[in-house]
Amino acid sequence: MNLIDSLVSPLTYSFFDRGLIVATISGALLGLIGVYITLRGMSYIGHGLSHAVFGGFAAAQLFAAQFYVIGAGLWGVASALAINSVSRRQRIGADAAIGVITTGSFALGVALLSKFGARGPSFDSALFGSILGISTFQIWGLIAVGILTVLMIVFRYRALMFTTFDPDVADASGVNVSRTDAMLMIVLSLTILATLTVIGVTLVAAMLVIPAVVARMITSSFSKMLIWSAGIGSLCGFVGMYLSYYAGVPSGTMIVLTGSAVFALALVVRSVRTAINRRRNKAAALSQAGQTSPAVSGKKMPVAF
Amino acid sequence: MTGTGVGRVILEVSNASAGYDEALVLKDVNFHVHEDQFTGIVGPSGAGKTTLLRLLLGVVQPRAGTLTREADLRVAYVPQLETVNWDFPVTVEECVLMARTDQRRLPWASAQEKKQVAKVLERLGIGDLASRHIRALSGGQQQRMFIARALLREPNLLLLDEPTSGVDVNTRHDMLHLLSDLHDDGISIVLTTHDLNGMAAHLPHLMCVNQTIVAEGTPAEVITPDVLENTFGARLEVLQHLGMPIVIDEYVSGDLGAVTR
Repeated sequence: MNLIDSLVSPLTYSFFDRGLIVATISGALLGLIGVYITLRGMSYIGHGLSHAVFGGFAAAQLFAAQFYVIGAGLWGVASALAINSVSRRQRIGADAAIGVITTGSFALGVALLSKFGARGPSFDSALFGSILGISTFQIWGLIAVGILTVLMIVFRYRALMFTTFDPDVADASGVNVSRTDAMLMIVLSLTILATLTVIGVTLVAAMLVIPAVVARMITSSFSKMLIWSAGIGSLCGFVGMYLSYYAGVPSGTMIVLTGSAVFALALVVRSVRTAINRRRNKAAALSQAGQTSPAVSGKKMPVAF
Repeated sequence: MTGTGVGRVILEVSNASAGYDEALVLKDVNFHVHEDQFTGIVGPSGAGKTTLLRLLLGVVQPRAGTLTREADLRVAYVPQLETVNWDFPVTVEECVLMARTDQRRLPWASAQEKKQVAKVLERLGIGDLASRHIRALSGGQQQRMFIARALLREPNLLLLDEPTSGVDVNTRHDMLHLLSDLHDDGISIVLTTHDLNGMAAHLPHLMCVNQTIVAEGTPAEVITPDVLENTFGARLEVLQHLGMPIVIDEYVSGDLGAVTR
């Protein structure tokens, strides 16, 4: 089977088409939000929030199977706002409080699903992602969250950047920092909820971090970092879906493994480039020192660095 | 240069206490900022200098007492360089433009904003560095970039946290001249500093802080062994050189004098 066949043949299955669309958009979306999450040092919050959303997912299924997305969404938004409020208090124990809230919520979700069983997506697919059973409603939900996220980034671009870089000065410069933070947390929880089915609760945090970290290695411009991160995220989603199909393992795991491979590759490329630049700079400094030492023609002076 | 606090009061702190969580860092602080103020806040580490600055900025609220600002007061803040995230992916121009966050929603700068940023960077002598990443600047240039960001807000009151921390002598002189020029342009200035000889002694007005205001006045009035002992909790010797006080650590001149001389 050649490459074209390998790419085309899975597309004959509608479940794969839907999975591919959702994974690619999810990757881009997590990549975009991930820029803010990593630059704010909130990777742990992203990890915790995805677990908290799982609690809502399980509880909402139990009480209103048809509306579990809305229930999980409300739970996620409430958790996001609670975490935002705790993390802003700057107490030493804030991270511990977040750990308790989110893992408590996750444990509740596991307990409820174990006791009563899943009525919507299965336990495993919620944890590790699955391409089976993605509904049209979920695709439209994801597109809606994507549009909301892009609108937020475009129209609150400056406020988000300023509050991420320097919240105190932003506050004193007339930016409503609390509102901006809350907005970001709400969009983060909606993004986690919308991408949960394909990527999975336990793996979402990785896709929030990996594309953004790789993008930061590539560029030093904020706007370019957003574009690179979204691009890398969607590429990981796309490639990961095919690998998942052929390897026969949950989609979330292959998407995250693809991201990890991209991260490792970026790290190697950066290390090699840094080593080459160091060598070049050293050689340039040596030749400059040789040119500016006419008294020792033909003999290189020892240069101290 | 006056700056000892004359003219209209633009900001007033009355019997204010402030702190973080349960701990009170400042107690019973009374302070007026006048339209001609040029004040240096000195004190030991943990004395509440930065908290006082943040109180004036409005990001720390008084637990007790009051803080009254003039209605149209525009305050701008220059952070301590050590507190900045230098890995943040932002260029000098983008960083300066943050000052205009509340005035435009769209991500890209308008033509007028670009002109204004170029003008303020030019004035501060870093006009050719606009497209550089913030880490690629020297300490003095980084400080100027944050002053540029502050000036873009067209402030009446400029607050600076340790503006000469970690810079060399020439950069410190340049900074003093720059701040003096800005003050001459009508901007009130309040800054914190650890540097008694290189910075504080050159300012027109000083405030010694250790959880409360221990003393205030001109350098000649407050840089005295008694006031410094009350502020820093250590005996410091003060010499006079060309009419300016010079602080010498008593340990160097006394206890360890035999070793160092």
